[in-house]
Amino acid sequence: MLFKTHGGVHPNDKKAPANEAAISTIPQPAQVVIPMSQHIGAPCTPLVAVGDQVKLGQKIGEAKAPVSAPVHASVSGKVVAIEPRLNNLGNMVTAVIIENDFKDTPADDMFPAPAEALESPEQIADLIREAGIVGMGGATFPTAFKITSGWGKVDTVIINGAECEPYITSDHRTMLEHPDELLKGIELIMRACKVDHAYFGIELNKKFAIDLLNFKGAKAMGIEIVPLKCQYPQGAEKTLIKTITGREVPPGGLPAQVGCAVFNTFTAYSVYRACYEGWPAIERVVTVSGSAIAQPKNVKVRVGTSMEWVFEQTGGFAKEPWKIIMGGPMMGLAQYDLAVPCGKGTAALLAFAEDEDRNIENPTCIRCGQCIDACPMNLQPIYLYMYEEKGDLEMLQKLNITDCVECGACTYICPGRLHLTHAFKTGKAKLQAYNAALKAKEEAEKAKAEAADKKEEKK
Amino acid sequence: MEESRKLIVSSSPHIRTPRDTKAIMLDVLIALAPALIASVILFGVWPLVLTAVSVVSCVVFEFLYRKLLKKPNTVGDLSAVVTGVLLAYTLPTTAPWWLPVIGAFFAIVIVKQLFGGLGKNFLNPALAGRAFLVASYAVLMTSWKAANFESVADAATYATPLASLHQGTLSSTGIGAMLLGNTGGCVGEVCSIALLLGGAYLVVRKVISLRIPLSFILTVAVVTFIFPRGNNNFLWMLQNVLSGGLLLGAIFMATDYCTSPVTPKGQVIFGIGCGLITVLIRYFGSYPEGVSYAILVMNLTVWMIDKRTAPRRFGVPGKSLKRKGAGKDKKKEDAKG
Repeated sequence: MLFKTHGGVHPNDKKAPANEAAISTIPQPAQVVIPMSQHIGAPCTPLVAVGDQVKLGQKIGEAKAPVSAPVHASVSGKVVAIEPRLNNLGNMVTAVIIENDFKDTPADDMFPAPAEALESPEQIADLIREAGIVGMGGATFPTAFKITSGWGKVDTVIINGAECEPYITSDHRTMLEHPDELLKGIELIMRACKVDHAYFGIELNKKFAIDLLNFKGAKAMGIEIVPLKCQYPQGAEKTLIKTITGREVPPGGLPAQVGCAVFNTFTAYSVYRACYEGWPAIERVVTVSGSAIAQPKNVKVRVGTSMEWVFEQTGGFAKEPWKIIMGGPMMGLAQYDLAVPCGKGTAALLAFAEDEDRNIENPTCIRCGQCIDACPMNLQPIYLYMYEEKGDLEMLQKLNITDCVECGACTYICPGRLHLTHAFKTGKAKLQAYNAALKAKEEAEKAKAEAADKKEEKK
Repeated sequence: MEESRKLIVSSSPHIRTPRDTKAIMLDVLIALAPALIASVILFGVWPLVLTAVSVVSCVVFEFLYRKLLKKPNTVGDLSAVVTGVLLAYTLPTTAPWWLPVIGAFFAIVIVKQLFGGLGKNFLNPALAGRAFLVASYAVLMTSWKAANFESVADAATYATPLASLHQGTLSSTGIGAMLLGNTGGCVGEVCSIALLLGGAYLVVRKVISLRIPLSFILTVAVVTFIFPRGNNNFLWMLQNVLSGGLLLGAIFMATDYCTSPVTPKGQVIFGIGCGLITVLIRYFGSYPEGVSYAILVMNLTVWMIDKRTAPRRFGVPGKSLKRKGAGKDKKKEDAKG
């Protein structure tokens, strides 16, 4: 069964040769930098002090707020510093720096959960929360919160195996090399969400993975593998829900509003590891690829390993890199400092040589309208861009700029080389500031009027 | 890592399609080629000369204008070349060599560059250039010549099929001749097969969608079929579709990005509008051909059409979705039960 969605573009997926490269391990770095905030929500407070000995998998950052996820030591060793470090978003965040003793001494609580714990949704959600699992596709939304907040609302669990961004193959390799574990992880998520059926959407460029998962008995477990047309952004949450269930998440709404909860493939695998092996989210598969890379690979990387170390250990650069990206080429973030550590949501590290540069000096809109065809949210990028350039915030609001998911499809397809997505990001920020100012002004006037009324009354 | 490494940091996405403006314009030129080849076979080398003069004039005017006004040079995007070819295609095969030069000046300088260049003009430059020439040199713009393989009784009073249709009578030219282009007319409009071939190429290469050409041509077909002159509806319709500049206009001119709506719904409305005005002018106008004026008039409505045909907002049900959605909710309940 094939599903067609409105919008989207078809970039060359460039998955080869990394999709043929088995997941390998690289030597551990001498030092890991573990940011206390690797998720959407409140940052963690460090549980350790400088000089402390920590064990592998030991919780070193406690999450108190409900929308948060604890962080764990990804190596055993000694805490040498707790200080602000640069993260992938370009912010300075508190990080625990651990000197690796290369012993991997496991923490006392790193053991599989008892079988009876895996029968109750509450206990599974607790296990997921304690393991610090977040949305591994890059959004890094705390998974346990997604599960518990969806109770009573969610009737459909969707596993996102679209991996629609070019180059990335980490989910694909996980499906091929750990199919049983993956299916068991999905089973746990279904149980935690209190549903007995899940859709697993996989793009057709992973045909072998689709067949393998079907062969491994996905159907008997209540997991329906849904082959998806290769199209970017097929794996965008709202698009995926629409493709698989036909439901549309209302503007500004969450998937739970239409009864859906979407989990990434690697999230499901991490749930398996947390529940059946006792491993918290301290290791993940990262695709290292791009035109500047000598040998594209999929490697297991401990959280907190610097990008520089990963590039060095995977064969380094074949060409001088022009751009280094953490994440996919469509939505990933360009990095300027290779000391930035890999986090829980780092699915890929890409290095591009200058030949990927297709920017031009004078971007010109030729009104081809391809951006409108490409937009998965039915927006009109051409007009949004025009009003953003003019600074007309009211028109931006009227044309629903806040619906933009920043997938980059319009910018990818634009023959005039306009910086559309960038303009929408700044436009959204400007609109937010403008609306906040407007609200503040209104409130001030209201307070003033009330004060005046009171004065009148007194008289 | 050496400190000297320079990395670019910019907003995502970090990759872009190889198909830029130039590649698209090149596709349009490739699609236009069969019509020119057909024209050379049908009318000799003169159509080629006219096209060459037109293209060179357009490119030179664009280059000089941008140079004089110290603006970045845009000749490389090939849009001026496309305008040049299209302008030549709308001239009679008997036009003198200097006619396209004047047309090119009006098209490139007045219509295109004075409004800001590529993407900013609101009229199709080639058609506006043609309209200017028709107004200024009416006789030159309506002198026709028979095609090489056509047997004509009297060359001096030669009339194109369109002229007969304008008189309210069916043309003596056969449908086969119209398809192959063995009849008099403008440089690029006579050979229907060549134009359809080019159109198919553009659709396959996704340069244009079928929305505008199809709604344009179908509108003309349906209206002429319902209101024929004479009693052969079908032949009347076919002759109306295949004669004159309808195919050239519908495939290459009405689909001009810059002067057509960008919304899918808007494009259909635009095509229907073009079709209706074309038939109105052909039936009631004093001039036999209506395609160019129909497109120019509809060019003026693009902004309005775009504004009123915005796509349905994602997640906010429109009428059709509401009905579908209702069915789905029911299914959902069934599943639960």
